[in-house]
Amino acid sequence: MPSADEIRQRIETGIPGASAEVQTDDEVHFSARITAEAFAGLSRVQQHRLVYDLFGEGELGGPIHALSIKTETP
Amino acid sequence: MSEQPENPLRDAIAEAIRDNDVILFMKGNPEQPMCGFSARTVAALQSLGTPFAAVDVLPDPRIRQELSSLSNWPTIPQLFVGGELIGGCDIVTEMYETGELAGVLGVEAAPAEPGGAPEAEAGGAPPIQIENRLG
Repeated sequence: MPSADEIRQRIETGIPGASAEVQTDDEVHFSARITAEAFAGLSRVQQHRLVYDLFGEGELGGPIHALSIKTETP
Repeated sequence: MSEQPENPLRDAIAEAIRDNDVILFMKGNPEQPMCGFSARTVAALQSLGTPFAAVDVLPDPRIRQELSSLSNWPTIPQLFVGGELIGGCDIVTEMYETGELAGVLGVEAAPAEPGGAPEAEAGGAPPIQIENRLG
């Protein structure tokens, strides 16, 4: 089961230059606030896809029941 | 030889997205959402008073699989407007708060609080039963 810190590391490693704050109350529902230069010029859908792509098929909705995402550019 | 295998379910989903200007794939139905994220997305749409079609993905896991592979989006709910993926709950909520959702839907922005329970009656169109297309 992933921890908030593992998810933060995964995001920050997977999206170069990203900084993420990840919170969870129950270790299955997570919310991430992510700031990354890589989001610049992308639609929200494209920004969220960059994040979703860091997780394997079945991981979201599986061990990670929910990952709420808020994206920002620096 | 790259003949596409027949996939009636995928075709039915694509058709529903094409034929409905505003369509929400969700868990449960607008009257009874089965997930907080679906509920929040329905609430945003209803508070703008816009009619929308709804598809419950719960009756068969294949609906969600096919939808996600079609849309390249792993989570539910998914809102499409004019055949285009607008996003999931986070994006819809954010766009509701900024007024962008009203713009995309071509309606007046509602003054209501996004968290509040809107009074507007549900979608208008009856839920679409995609699972009827399963063989």
